[in-house]
Amino acid sequence: MDTLIQYLQYFVNGITLGSIYALIALGYTMVYGILKFINFAHGDILMVGAYIGLLTYTALLGSSTSAVWMLAAFFIAMIISMAFCALLGMFIERVAYKPLRNANRLAPLLSAIGVSFILSNGAAWIFGAQSRRFPYPFDDTPIVIAGLSITPHQILTMAVSVIMMIVLTLFVNKTKMGKAMRATSLDQSTSELMGIDANKIISMTFAIGSALAAVGGILASFDFRVYASMGTMTGLKAFVAAVIGGIGNIQGAMIGGILLGVLESIGAPLLGIPSALRDTIAFAALIIILLVRPEGILGKNEREKV
Amino acid sequence: MRILEAQEVTKAFGGVVAVNKVNFNVEQGLVNGLIGPNGAGKTTLFNQITGMDVPTSGKIIFDGNDITGLPAWKISRLGIARTFQNIRLYNDLTVVENVMMGLHFKVGSDPFHHRLAQAFRSYFNAGKENRELYTRALEWLEFFNLTHVKDEFARNLPYGNQRELEIARALASEPKILFLDEPAAGMNPAETEHLMKIINRIKEHGVTVVLIEHDMKLVMNICDNITVLSFGQKIAEGTPEEIKSNPLVIEAYLGREDD
Amino acid sequence: MLNFFLLIIIYAGIYALMAIGQNCITGNTGMLSLCHAGFFCIGSYTTAIMCKTFGLPFWFSLPVAAIISGFVGFLIGVPTLRLKGDYLCIATLGLGEIIRNIATNVNPVGMMSVPRAELFGYQFSSRNKFTFILLIWFFVAVAYILFRQLAHSRIGRAMIAVREDEVAAQSNGINVTKYKIGAFILGAGVGGTAGCFATAYTLTVQPSSFTFMVSVMVLCMVVLGGMGNLAGVILGAFIIEFISYFPQLVGLSSVIPAQASQIIYGLVLVVMMICRPQGILGRDKYRYGDPRTFTQKLSARLPGRKKEGV
Repeated sequence: MDTLIQYLQYFVNGITLGSIYALIALGYTMVYGILKFINFAHGDILMVGAYIGLLTYTALLGSSTSAVWMLAAFFIAMIISMAFCALLGMFIERVAYKPLRNANRLAPLLSAIGVSFILSNGAAWIFGAQSRRFPYPFDDTPIVIAGLSITPHQILTMAVSVIMMIVLTLFVNKTKMGKAMRATSLDQSTSELMGIDANKIISMTFAIGSALAAVGGILASFDFRVYASMGTMTGLKAFVAAVIGGIGNIQGAMIGGILLGVLESIGAPLLGIPSALRDTIAFAALIIILLVRPEGILGKNEREKV
Repeated sequence: MRILEAQEVTKAFGGVVAVNKVNFNVEQGLVNGLIGPNGAGKTTLFNQITGMDVPTSGKIIFDGNDITGLPAWKISRLGIARTFQNIRLYNDLTVVENVMMGLHFKVGSDPFHHRLAQAFRSYFNAGKENRELYTRALEWLEFFNLTHVKDEFARNLPYGNQRELEIARALASEPKILFLDEPAAGMNPAETEHLMKIINRIKEHGVTVVLIEHDMKLVMNICDNITVLSFGQKIAEGTPEEIKSNPLVIEAYLGREDD
Repeated sequence: MLNFFLLIIIYAGIYALMAIGQNCITGNTGMLSLCHAGFFCIGSYTTAIMCKTFGLPFWFSLPVAAIISGFVGFLIGVPTLRLKGDYLCIATLGLGEIIRNIATNVNPVGMMSVPRAELFGYQFSSRNKFTFILLIWFFVAVAYILFRQLAHSRIGRAMIAVREDEVAAQSNGINVTKYKIGAFILGAGVGGTAGCFATAYTLTVQPSSFTFMVSVMVLCMVVLGGMGNLAGVILGAFIIEFISYFPQLVGLSSVIPAQASQIIYGLVLVVMMICRPQGILGRDKYRYGDPRTFTQKLSARLPGRKKEGV
């Protein structure tokens, strides 16, 4: 009985972790859907998001201890961070990727690695090597229900992620912009003939993806602290999640994220892997999925046209 | 004599059947045309035969051997060369190097040595091999009148020359069959005229040619027999004259009269 | 000051070896692999373990390191090389991190006071940098000659064909997967030997020195010098090492933060891709059927004489 509850606990933790991965994976997947390119710097954008969130939150909070203001400041900081990252994402696309749209396939990838390096080392320069704690905007005493403990920050993480995903789904399916985005990802040249401005759509995609990464970064920093290279591992795992779900597929990224989170959380105790090697699970999962079903769970099998 | 036979070849992509139980015969020493409206499954059939893709069902017999499902590199070593609809040259290699790539497995391979041993020999004899490849590649360039651009990068060639270079590269491996996927696409009338001469000369060399083409003038002029595909199915085959007067073909191209 | 110059030359040599390996994988065959730090790590540990734990001579560890890292390259390559370029880059990055993770997990401190390399009784010590420079650059020259021969052979051209267009390469009878795995094994093997020299120089191994940054630095060298151009790659190694030691060289290491050079690596990648994707030296041209002898070719290349032809 105890072990069952323990595993249920791992499961709940996994879903929380997974919803963060899902948020970040969305950015990878949306960009891949349109540009067929992995935005390597996406992980570092989440790091920037976490720093901006942390800085604005502490600045807004000042010395106030009012519970309401703490929560309000948190959400304001989150929105500011989203806006900042959206602009940053658009800027990066404009400067480092757009000139390479017709170049050799390695070029944008190398450029993205460069951007990632600039961002993470720039952050280490500005903010120092020390990692920082993101203070909880509320009392984080776990709520215990039938032996299962859930902390308020886990609830917040899940709630925010679900809301973000619903908003995104509505945006993509119901708005004109969202439909244009899907059209562009299906066939860029035809959608251009239909009068869709591909440049605008690509900018928009980067903005949305980066804003979601900012949220993911802030939520991730409750568990992982904030530091300059936090984006590398988290970003990589989110990418794995995107591949598991089927890269290019928005629902796939959400499913893949949750799945990877649960897998990681349950897999280590189940297989008896020391927690220091937990990251290995994600990569093992990546390699297995790529070998067994490279198009992912929901992805379509896209072949190179001969 | 039939050098290649595609028997009941079917290829389905998910629910879409691109090629449906097509029987396609290639007669040795002739120019075999494969025509049909856009999306009829011509290139898909090419891909099944040349090993770029594995057919859902059906068999491909080449020179008496079943080659269905073999990887493309093995099929090309058996003597099936091809060009591509959207030219695929090695852009960062020079013109002569592109043709040398076509000769890749014609030099340094012998059946008595393991591939790795061959690779080692090629490594140590690189200078000698290069000279041999180079002279042979130059002969092919001469055949196509491309000698003057031999040191240009392939990407810098004019479009017509790129098409010719791709054919030269394919032909350099001295294939038994040469598959040409829309070689005249994007060519002007003078270039098409030149291409026709080239194809005829290839035929004179005894190489069997299979040709996908939309330019009817070219097809009717140089093909010895023609197979027509429409919506993944074979609707006709015969000599150019027979095809011209076949009502099914006319319908496939022009639509039915009551439409 | 002179000391730092010599240090740069030594590290440029060690990294040039790695960059030659990376060039074989990325520059020639077009696979974006990001686990060279992992191969470096394997090579370093091989030397440390063989020399210190088993008391074997350094020279013995050199081929063993090459074989072990080549074998790891093979193990990594088989599942990942079937993947498309962008997946490969992530998968190799992950695997490189896993190698470091394992090393850290086994012993976070690493190994210290590894015995020195010895040749006919002479000990290569970090105090006498000149002889060490001779040692490392001798092996760089060997690797250069071997890989140059490869690049100019039929095999090397097939690797370039795989980089340029996999589909066309198949249609030319090239077994793309085998070439990719072969290139990966060779590249990994050379990367491993670079690790041996690093250990022989510092006489210590620390898991923390095999970070992702090392892989990016090596990649930068290849991109900077010119993908597929060996001379360019070695030049790239010099430039990147120079950037990395610049603060110490001018005595400003207290003013210029350590991250500055890494930001420059990032900038190098972005700017090169946008402005000069073929690298500083561009593509290495080979004259086929050139009847001239080696010395004639060399003298034609020397400055002051008019170059004939292309």
